[in-house]
Amino acid sequence: MPTVTMTVNGKQRSAEAETRTLLVSFLREQLGLTGTHVGCDTSQCGACVVHVDGVAVKSCTLLAVQADGAEVTTIEGLAKGRELHPIQAAFKEHHGLQCGFCTPGMIMTAVDMLRRIPEPDEPTIRAELEGNFCRCTGYHNIVKAIKAASEAM
Amino acid sequence: MYEFDYHTPQTIDDARALLSGRDDPKLLAGGQTLLPTMKQRLAAPSDLIDLRKVTGLDGITGAGDTLRIGAMVRHAAVAASDEVRQAIPALAALAGGIGDPLVRHRGTLGGSIANNDPSADYPAGCLALAATISTDRREIGADEFFLGMFETALEEDEIITGVAFPVPRKAGYAKFPNPASRYAMVGVFVAQTGNAVRVAVTGAGPGVFRVPAMETALASDFSAQAIADISVPSDGLLEDLHGSAEYRANLVTVMAKRAVQSAL
Amino acid sequence: MPADKGGNGAQSGIGAAVRRKEDFRFITGAGRYTDDITLPGQSYAYFLRSPYAHAQIAAIDIAAAEASPGVVAVFTGKDVAADGLGGLICGWMIHSKDGSEMRTGAHPVLALDRVRYVGDHVAVVIAESLAEAKAGAELIDVDYEEYDAVVGVEAALAENAPQLHDEVPGNLCFAWELGDKAATEAAFDRAARRVTLTFANNRLIPNAMEPRAAIGDYDRGTGDYTLYTTSQNPHVARLVLSAFVGVAPEHKLRVIAPDVGGGFGSKIFIYAEETVCVWAAAKLRRPVKWTAERNESFLSDAHGRDHVSHAELALDADGRMLGLRVHTRANLGAYLSTFASSVPTYLYGTLLSGQYDIPAIYVEVDGVFTHTAPVDAYRGAGRPEATYLVERIVETAARELDMDPVEFRRRNFIREFPHQTPVIMNYDIGDYDASLNEACRLVDYAGFADRRAASEARGRKRGIGFSAYIEACGIAPSQAVGSLGAGVGLWESAEVRVNPTGSVEVLTGSHSHGQGHETTFAQLVSDQLGIPIENVEVVHGDTDKVQFGMGTYGSRSGAVGMSAIQLALDKVIAKGRRIAAHLLEAGEEDITFDGGSFQVAGTDRAVPFADLALQAYTGHGFPTNEIEPGLKESAFYDPVNFTFPAGCHIAEVEIDPETGVTHIENFVAVDDFGTIINPMIVAGQVHGGVAQGIGQAMLENCAYDPESGQLLSGSFMDYCMPRADDLPEFVVGMTETPCTTNPLGIKGCGEAGAIGAPAAIVNAVTDALGIRDIAMPVTPERVWRAINS
Repeated sequence: MPTVTMTVNGKQRSAEAETRTLLVSFLREQLGLTGTHVGCDTSQCGACVVHVDGVAVKSCTLLAVQADGAEVTTIEGLAKGRELHPIQAAFKEHHGLQCGFCTPGMIMTAVDMLRRIPEPDEPTIRAELEGNFCRCTGYHNIVKAIKAASEAM
Repeated sequence: MYEFDYHTPQTIDDARALLSGRDDPKLLAGGQTLLPTMKQRLAAPSDLIDLRKVTGLDGITGAGDTLRIGAMVRHAAVAASDEVRQAIPALAALAGGIGDPLVRHRGTLGGSIANNDPSADYPAGCLALAATISTDRREIGADEFFLGMFETALEEDEIITGVAFPVPRKAGYAKFPNPASRYAMVGVFVAQTGNAVRVAVTGAGPGVFRVPAMETALASDFSAQAIADISVPSDGLLEDLHGSAEYRANLVTVMAKRAVQSAL
Repeated sequence: MPADKGGNGAQSGIGAAVRRKEDFRFITGAGRYTDDITLPGQSYAYFLRSPYAHAQIAAIDIAAAEASPGVVAVFTGKDVAADGLGGLICGWMIHSKDGSEMRTGAHPVLALDRVRYVGDHVAVVIAESLAEAKAGAELIDVDYEEYDAVVGVEAALAENAPQLHDEVPGNLCFAWELGDKAATEAAFDRAARRVTLTFANNRLIPNAMEPRAAIGDYDRGTGDYTLYTTSQNPHVARLVLSAFVGVAPEHKLRVIAPDVGGGFGSKIFIYAEETVCVWAAAKLRRPVKWTAERNESFLSDAHGRDHVSHAELALDADGRMLGLRVHTRANLGAYLSTFASSVPTYLYGTLLSGQYDIPAIYVEVDGVFTHTAPVDAYRGAGRPEATYLVERIVETAARELDMDPVEFRRRNFIREFPHQTPVIMNYDIGDYDASLNEACRLVDYAGFADRRAASEARGRKRGIGFSAYIEACGIAPSQAVGSLGAGVGLWESAEVRVNPTGSVEVLTGSHSHGQGHETTFAQLVSDQLGIPIENVEVVHGDTDKVQFGMGTYGSRSGAVGMSAIQLALDKVIAKGRRIAAHLLEAGEEDITFDGGSFQVAGTDRAVPFADLALQAYTGHGFPTNEIEPGLKESAFYDPVNFTFPAGCHIAEVEIDPETGVTHIENFVAVDDFGTIINPMIVAGQVHGGVAQGIGQAMLENCAYDPESGQLLSGSFMDYCMPRADDLPEFVVGMTETPCTTNPLGIKGCGEAGAIGAPAAIVNAVTDALGIRDIAMPVTPERVWRAINS
C-alpha cells in the first residue's frame, strides 16, 4: 500500500492508502477531517470540494495518490481559530446555510470563485455554483452571502 | 472501485512502455470521467498511468494562424488563457462551459477527446475548427479522429500530446445543456476558417458530426438567417428522458443559429 | 412585515432576526453527522439489492461471499426471520369506503422469497471495510425468477395485472372516501358550469444532501443497544424498532440522531438499513455502519407524490363555487412505508377546500401498490397535491369564465372564521385577501400587461400564474388523528432545566436538521426568562437525554414543539414566583416576573432570575418541605386543532419559443405563518420550499421504465436537481394572523413553499402558452411540443 504525503491545512500529513482511495476518503477516514462531505457518487453535488494546489476540486473525483505532494486546504483550514474567513462570516450573517451538509463545499467553491472573479454579479455567482447542490436554501441566501463577502473582501 | 496499480511516468516513452506491458491499463489525465466510471465499477483497469508528471503535454502556444494546446491543459486554463481568448474566443468559451468550475480545474483537453463522449463539448470544437490531434506517433485530422460513440482513431497504446487549432476568421459555440447532467444535449460549433465554414454538432447524435447543408449555406451567407430553414433529420439522433430525437433535431438548428450569432 | 432580513430590528427575543447559534460548527467543518462518527472496531455493511422490479427468489448462495477476504458475516431474510424480528410497519390505519381495513402484505426487513422493486433489500454483507463488503456482495449468487412488473397506478389496477401481495387482491390497498357524495352530486346537478381537469402529480425523490446512514452498536456488558442514525424523529424510531420490529427492548435502545443533513420527510421513516445495523451489531458484538451511496438514496429512500387525479369543479352562473369532486389514484410503491397511508388521504383530501368557500366536496382516493420504491411523506406530503389540484382547476375555471383569476379567487374566498369545511378541517383564522393583495403588489400585477407586450416584442411568451394555497400544519391533535387512524398521538414534549447558575437547557423532541431550532427555541426561552440567548442550550436528537418526542415533520416544530416549551416555561416561572415569594417575604400573588427579575409588585424588592435559580438549588431561602428544591419543569403539549398557514404565490415566466425554455422572471411568495419568532429563518424556509416546488414544477421527475420497472432517473445525471442558475431571486412577503389555538400563535412555515409553488408555475406557463394544461415537470421539450402542436 503506497504512503501518501500531502500538506493539509499547512501541516504535512502522511498515511498509507490503497491506490483506489479517493482524496475525500483519505481526508475523512485517514486524517479525520470530516468537514468535507460526500453527497453523491456522480461527481455533481460538490459537498466534497477542497482546494488542491490553490484551486477548488471535487475530492470525490481525485485519487489520494494523485494529490501526493500537493497542498490541500479543507474547510477546517479556512478559519484562524475563532476568526472566521470573510466568506464563512458572510454565510452566517446572511443565513446561507440550513442543514449545513453542503456548506463546506459551498464555502470552498465560493473562496475559489472570489479568487478568480473578485466582484461577481448575481448571474455569475449562480453560474459559478453549477457544481454545488443545496437542497435547503434555494440558493437565495448563498448567493447573497457570496455577494456580500465579495463586497467585504 | 476495484484496486489497481498506479504509475506516474515522467516521459512519454515511459508512459508508452507501461501501456504496452500491462493487462488492461488506462491513461489517467484529469480523471473527471474515468474516476466516476471506476467508482460505479463500470471500468476496472489493471493499471492507471497518470500523465500528470509527463513533460511536454502542457502549454498553450500561438504561432501565426495556429493555436496549439497541450493534451494535459485543463479546461479552466484554456478558458482563462489570453492566447486562446484572443485567437479563438469561441474555444475559450467552450472550455469555460464544460462541466462546472471544479471539473474544469481537473479535466483536460486530451482526456476529453480521447474519451469522445457523444455529449462532450471539445469534439465539436475540434471538428468544426478542423483541428489536428498530435499523438506520440502521428498527427490525426479531426475528421479522421472521432469515429463514433466513445470511439476514436487512437490505437490502444497511443498517447495524445496536443491539439493544433487553425485560427478561424469567425467562430461561435452554442450549447443546450441537459438540464440534469449539464452535458451538451445539443452543442453546435460553427467556424469560418479561410473561406470555408464547418458546422459540428455534439450531444445530438451517437458521435460528433458535421452538417454539410449548413456549411454550404453559411459559406455564401454567414448569418443565422441563412440556416434558419435547414434542419437535420431526427433519425438516428439520441433520445433520453430529457429530449427526444425530434427535439434534438430542432435544437441543432436553433443552436447553430445562436452559434452563428455569437460569432458575429 | 418586510420579509427576508426584516424583523423588528432587535438583537434578541421574539421577532428578531437572530443569527443562528448552530452555524459556527457547520461553517468550520465541525458538524458531526452520522457518517462522521467512527466507533472502535467498526465494521461496514453493504446491501445487495434487487436488480429486478419483481422476482421470486428461488435460492441465495452466500458461501463464496462468506469466504471473501474481510467479510465478517452475510445475512439474508431467513436470518432476520429466524431471530423473530417483525417486519417494517405503517403507523396509520385507513378504512375503505366499505368500512374494511386497508390491505397490505408483510414488509420484511430483508426479502424472504420475493422482491418487489428495484433496490429491494436482498442480503447484507458486513466486512472489515466497505470495499470488502462490496466485493463480497458481488459473490452472492441469487437465483431469481423474474416476473412481470407494474409501475403506474392504472396498470396496477388493470385486470390481470401482476400482483404485489397475496393479501391485496387487485393491488388495491384502500378505496377511501371523504365528504358528502350526495350533496356534491346535488351541487353538480344545479351547476351552471362544470370545469374538469385530469392530471398527474409527478413522483419525486427527496434527495436531502446528506444520504441516509446508520451505525448500530451493542454493549455486551450491559446489553445496551445504540443506534446512530439520520432521523428526523429518533424517539419514533426507537418506539418502532422496539415495540414493533422487536430489535431491542425500548429501555435498552438508545437512538441518537446527531447533525442531520436535511430530511424533507425522507428521514421520518424507519427503514431496513438502520434496522439491520442495530440487529447485526448485537449479533456480531461489534459496531456496524452503513452509509448510503447516492444511487441507494434514489433506489430506496421513500419517494414522494405520484398521484393521478380527475377533478371537477361546479360553478353557479356568477362564478361561485358550488362543489368539488375528485377521484385520485395514489401510488404507494411496493410496501407501505411508515406514514404512507395517511399522505394521500387525511393529509390530502382534507385540504381540498383550499381558501375557498365550497359548500360540497367529495373525494375518493384509491391507494395502489406498484413495483416501485415505497412512497411516503415528502415536504408538504399530500398538501402540495391538494393545492396543485385546487389551484390548477381554479385558474382553469377563471379562464373558462373569462374572469381575472385574482377576481375569481376573491369572489370565492372564505372570509368568516372559524370556518368549517366539508372535509373535516376547521380553519381558525386567516386573511386570504391580505396575502393575495400583497403578492399582487409585490409582483406589480398592474404592470403585467406591459411586461407581456414587451416580451412579445422580443419574440418571447410571457405568463403569470397564481397559487393561493392553504395547508394544515402543527400536526397534530392526538384525539383528532387517533380518530382518523393514526397509531400514535402527535403531541410534543419539552423540558426546561434551569441550572444553579441560571443558564438553561431546553430538551425538545423536535429534532433540528436545518430548521434552526437551536436558535429559534433559544430565542423563545431567552425572551420569556429574560436571560441572554448565549445562556440557553437546546438539546435534541438523543433518546437518552430527551425523554420522549414525536419529532420534526409537518411544519410542527414551532406550533407544537415551541408550544410545549412555552408550557414548561410557564411552569418554571410559576415555581419561581413561589420561591420568590418566600425569598422576598411577600404573597405569591404579589410577585411579578418581568425582564428577568422576580419582583414584589409596586416595590423595589426583587430577585434576579439567576439568583433565584441558585436559591432553588441551595434551598437555603425557602421551606423545602413546602416547595421542592430545584428548578426543572417539563410539559407535553397536545394541540387542540391543526394550524392553517396560507398565502399566495405568484410566478411570472418568460418562454423562449425556439427551445421551449421557461425562465422565471419573478417569483413572489406572501405567506401568513401567524406569529414569527425569527423572520430570517422563516424566510429561509420559504426559499427552500419554493425551490423544491419549482423543482417539482420544472425540473424533477422520478421515472421508472413501464416495462422493466427499472429506475430511469437513478442519479443526478438523470434526476434534475435545482441548481442556483435554475432559480430566480425570490421575493418573500409576510402577512400575519396569529393562530388562535396555540399559546404562541405560530402556524408553521416549513412546507409552504413546496405546497404553493408548483401550481403558480404551471398556471404561469399555461397562461403564457394559452393552453389548458401541461404536465409537470414543464420541461423545455414539453413546452416546445405544446407550442408546436
